[in-house]
This record gives sequence, structure tokens and C-alpha cells, in this order.
Amino acid sequence: MSMSTSAVAAASEKPPPTKAVLSEGKRAERKLGWLLCAPAVIVMLAVTAWPIIYSFWLSLQRYDLKFPDQREFIWFDNYVTVLTNEYWWTAFGVTAFITVISVAIELVLGMVLALIMHRTIVGRGLVRTSALIPYGIVTVVAAFSWRYAWTPKTGYLANTFAGDTAPLTDRAYAIFTIILAEVWKTTPFMALLLMAGLALVPEDLLKAASMDGASGWQRFVKVILPMMKPAILVALLFRTLDAFRIFDNIFVLTAGAQETSSVSMLTYNNLIKGLNLGIGATMSVLIFLAVAIIAFAFIKLFGTAAPGSDDGGKR
Amino acid sequence: MRATLPDRRRPHRMAIALGAALLAAPVLAACGSDDDGKTIVNLYYAPEDKLEDVVANCNEAAAGRYEIVYTKLPREADGQREQMVRRLAAEDSDMDVMSLDVTWTAEFAEAGWIQEWTGDAKAEAEDGTLEGPLASATWEDKLYAAPKNTNVQLLWYRSDLVDTPPETFDELIDAANELKDSDQPYVVGMTGAQYEGLVVQYNTLTASAGGTLVSEDGKTAVVDDGAVRALEVLKNFATSGVASTSLSNAKEDDVRLAFQNEQMAFQLNWPYVYAAMQAGNPDLEFDWARYPGVDGPAKVTIGGFNLAVSKYAKHSAEAFDAALCLRNAENQRYSAINSGVPPTIESVYDAEGMDEAYPMRDTILEELKDAAVRPVTPAYQNASTIISTVLSPPQSIDPRKTADRLRKELQDALDSKGVLP
Repeated sequence: MSMSTSAVAAASEKPPPTKAVLSEGKRAERKLGWLLCAPAVIVMLAVTAWPIIYSFWLSLQRYDLKFPDQREFIWFDNYVTVLTNEYWWTAFGVTAFITVISVAIELVLGMVLALIMHRTIVGRGLVRTSALIPYGIVTVVAAFSWRYAWTPKTGYLANTFAGDTAPLTDRAYAIFTIILAEVWKTTPFMALLLMAGLALVPEDLLKAASMDGASGWQRFVKVILPMMKPAILVALLFRTLDAFRIFDNIFVLTAGAQETSSVSMLTYNNLIKGLNLGIGATMSVLIFLAVAIIAFAFIKLFGTAAPGSDDGGKR
Repeated sequence: MRATLPDRRRPHRMAIALGAALLAAPVLAACGSDDDGKTIVNLYYAPEDKLEDVVANCNEAAAGRYEIVYTKLPREADGQREQMVRRLAAEDSDMDVMSLDVTWTAEFAEAGWIQEWTGDAKAEAEDGTLEGPLASATWEDKLYAAPKNTNVQLLWYRSDLVDTPPETFDELIDAANELKDSDQPYVVGMTGAQYEGLVVQYNTLTASAGGTLVSEDGKTAVVDDGAVRALEVLKNFATSGVASTSLSNAKEDDVRLAFQNEQMAFQLNWPYVYAAMQAGNPDLEFDWARYPGVDGPAKVTIGGFNLAVSKYAKHSAEAFDAALCLRNAENQRYSAINSGVPPTIESVYDAEGMDEAYPMRDTILEELKDAAVRPVTPAYQNASTIISTVLSPPQSIDPRKTADRLRKELQDALDSKGVLP
């Protein structure tokens, strides 16, 4: 997450206008700027940079709290252990699958919801508030209600759809349930970001398009979507990074049974339950790298349309 | 940002206030305990009915020397362990006496988190205590905890359907098949979900078949022929057609409920079900027997809780004293009768009131004297996770192959090398 926000923040800062010599006043102003930033920068370093460096340092050691005497420096052995392990790749596959499917569904549903919220005329406040309720509920609480709903005999969803089987004990159903819970929970967030993008589309443009005979669908595809592309990308980026770190829904719904662990679950199991600081730190570094790669790919692949890079330099 | 530059002095003053608050917070928090000169012994124990009464007894017996304050740990074993482990890793001095599941002794001892029991305290903890529970509190020939209560599973059966309880798994399957042929409830319930309960069953079967999973020093994964034989028995049972259809998803209470609702003829479960089933279905006719073995009588896996004193305890002497009081014969009798937990001191089984509250005490005692301990290793948590993963679901066990995979992954777990699923 920190990667993404800082990347976005960095990209939205405008580069210095010219390389001309700065006046005395300008220089003093810049110095003051740095001074004013300093406390924030120091805090950021303390709470982000240091844990990252420390995790990396831990990941190069054999360090298990159960065997404190056997602590030693082993370079990249932990990485070899993790990257050649079947459980890791299974979890990685599950995480990637959940990420892709849930973000795709969220994008579609979120867009629909955003259009509804944007276009509503009567009871606008009520519509917007009720649409946002799932996002306002604590994830763990929501996950518990999903779990109870899917428990045979006591849950209404299980009674309605599953008959006598226990859906959460079957791998495919369990993953489907996790995705469902995730989509239900975060679609409003997606819709909120997309609605901000919809506000960017000038009403005049839409009117002009309809004057030219564009149908509703054409207006949506040819006018609205291109105009709000940056907002869509921001929404996708945020949700992808979030979805990749999925933990609480899985923790409550299946606790990783039936091979439904995500990489975060696996890290938790090794670090907190297994007390293996070395392996656990290795996994968290790998997750960090994966998240960084996702953020980087989004910025690079979508090039000029990427958030913040809208030819700010040429102005 | 630039537009709302605040008055320059304000952040400064804020920073000072914040800094002062940060500095003062730990000092203030530290004043919380031990005020008005009382010595507080903090007891962290799993939720147990009526343990408050036992604590009150001990506070009275201490006559003001110390006061035990009971803090409940989470209900789930994983939650209990996580809380204690996290706090011990941070050298938290607010925990004095802790309840350890029998499988955690080695881990906590090896990590240097709990104190060894020596001298008089050790003698008192060992006096009259059953051998099995005592072994579960020992690591490398040193005593690290005082056994508070023990636990063994029994075979529970419908006495209106079954006359003589089966003594081995083969007999159990035959008996269930006979019932099935005569259209009566026949299902056998067992805790077969992917969790510790499955490990307990498998450990019992392995010990009963004369097998070994992990070497005595806890360093080598053995998984010998006996362990393979146990896999055969487990697979045979799971595919026999008499096991519950939800075997691979059943935990203690699922099994108890199904038995209680007359859907089963047999169940393998802990003694707590006795009181629960009587309350839940007073008309149910049931009886109990020793857990069925492989060829002869079974060696049943021991469960239960031990009391350990933290290395970082503020009042060690008082903590040892309090732990001894909480588990003394009289208090164990009280807990057995009021909370249903089997005692670790042999003489308590004959104590007053036990025959009524604990009619199955003779069977329990018989099993306890010929019991099995789960692998004793600091890496037990890892080992257990691996065993339950490799064995799940029991229907798809392929004895030789599963044993080979188990041996390999178990060795990695013992060396804390592999990745935990």
C-alpha cells in the first residue's frame, strides 16, 4: 500500500518549471519547504523504511524463536526454501486467482453502482449512504456473518443453496465464497473512486455527443470511459494491491483449510504460529516485491494514462 | 497545503505535549499493578468453569501473602498459544502463572520462557501424580510445569444397541456393519477434520500399533512400520462405509451432537461429552469403554493442561506456590466434579463425590496408566500442522506413500526448515 500511495504522490508532484537560476527568495522558500517536510519524512522513514530494512535483514537469517541458540546468517537460503516450496506456490496461485477475479467483478459492479449514485436525482444522500454500508462494516465482522450464513443447518445461505453439504469445506466453493465476501465488501470503495472519475466528465460533452446521435452505450464507451480512464486506473491499482494482501476474510471463513491460504495467511502461519522469523520475513519481503511489481506494471503498462502522469510536465 | 499554513507556534507546542504524553504513558501504565503493597500473581488460564472458585480458595489459603488474579485466555488453543508466545517473546513481566497445553512444554522450555521446577516445589508437584501427565510436563529430564488436569478419549456407545463394546478397530467396524445390516443407527463418529483432533487419533493409533512418529529426543522423524500400520487402520476405517460422511470435517462437538441426536452408534471422544450428552438428551442410553486398539488394548493420547511459571514473572516464589495450590488434590477434586476435567493426582479418583460426577473414572484411570504422549519436541506446533495436513482427508491415505511424505515433511518441520502450510 505504501508503495502505491507514494508512487501516486510522487507522480502527481509537478517537476520544477525551468532550470533557471533561482532567486534568493525562491531558494529560501525551498529550504523552508524541506524543513517543513522533514518531520514527516523522518516519521515515514521510521515507520516504513526501517521495518522494510529490518524484515530484509531477518529474511537472511535462520531465526526461529523456538530455537534461539541456532540463530545464524544464511544469506538467501530462506528464499530458496520458500520459492521451491509447493505450499507457497499454491497460496500464490490462490491469491492471484482471488485478486484477478474479484477485482474484475468489482470493476463492473462498481461502475454500475457509480453510475447509479451519480445519476440518482431523488434521495441521493440515502442511495449513496446505503451503497456504502458494506464498506463501513468491519471486515472481520462481515466475514463472520458470511461464515455463519454458509454454515449448514444454521445459516440461511447454506440452507437455501447448499442442501446437506458444507460449502466451506469444499475448495472451489470456499474460494467462491471468499471472492463473494470480498466483492460484497469492497465494491462500494471501487464505486466511490469511479464516481470521482465520473464527476470529471463534462456534461456539455455528453450533450454534444447525444446531439450528434450517439446512443447511450456509445456515449458510455466513447466519451465517459476515455474521460475517466485515470480514475479507473487509480481504482484498479488500489484494489489490486489490496486484494493481493487479502487476509481477514480467509482467516475467518476457512482459516486456510482445503488449500485456500493466501500468501498473507501463509506468512502469518509461519511467522506468528510457527514463530519462524526467518521464513516469515522472507515471505513478507516476497509479498512486498510482488506488490511493488504490480504497482510498477500498472504505471508502466498504462503509460501516459497512468494516474498523475497526464502530461503535467508539458503545461 | 500551502494555503493553510498554521500559526507557527502551534505545531511546536503540540509536539511538546505529544512527546510528554509518550514519555509519561509507560510510566503511568507501570503503576497499574502492585499498588497498595499487595503482591499480585497474574494467572493466565484457558476458560474453565468455576476456576474462579479455585482461585478464591487459593487466595484464602495464601492469607494475604499474595493475591491471584485470573485472566482468561482465548477459548481456542491457537489463540491461547499466540497470546502467550507473543507476550513472552517481548519479555512481558505481567504473566506469572500460565496454563500450557500438554504439547507446548518443550517449545516454551527450549525457548527459555518458563522456569524449571526444582526442590520442594518439584517434589510436591510430582507427589502422587500420574506418570503420563508428568511426562507431558517434562523436557530433557527436567520438570517445567505442574500437571493440572489430564484428558483421554473413550469409546462411547449406545448401550441399547450394543451389548459388548468392541476392543479393536476391526471389531468396531464389524459391530457397526452388523447394526447397518439390521437397519439401526450404525455410524461411528471420530474427530477427523484437519486439525489437532486428527493428530490425536493418529497418535493413539500409532502408539497402539507399537509405532513411533518422532524419536525420543524430538530431533528425528521416524514414522516406522507401526506408523504405517496406523495409517492402514485409519484409511480402512475412513473407507469402511461406517464412518460418518462428514468425517473429514468433524470436530469434537460435531461428533458429540450427532451422537446425542441418535444419528450414531459409536463415538470416540473426550469425557466432557458425558455431562453434555446427559444435559442435551436425557433419554439417550449410552455407556463407555476403553478406546479400541489395533491388535490389543489401545495406548491413548493424553491431553490436558499444565501450570508453568514464566521466566519473566515478577514474583517467582509466590507464583510457584500459587500454581501448586491451584492443582492440589482438593482443588483438583473440585474442578473434576464442577468443571469435568480429569485429575492428574491418582488418589483424587477415589475421592468423595467422584463416583457420581465421574462414573467413568475407572476406565479413564485404566487408560491413563497405559497412555501415549504426543511427540515431545519444541517444534510440536509445526509437526502437528504437517501431520494433520498430510493425513487430510483420511479417505485418501495411501499408507506407504503417505508415510514417506509424512517422514520427509515432518523432518523439515522438526528442523524448522520447511514452510508451514
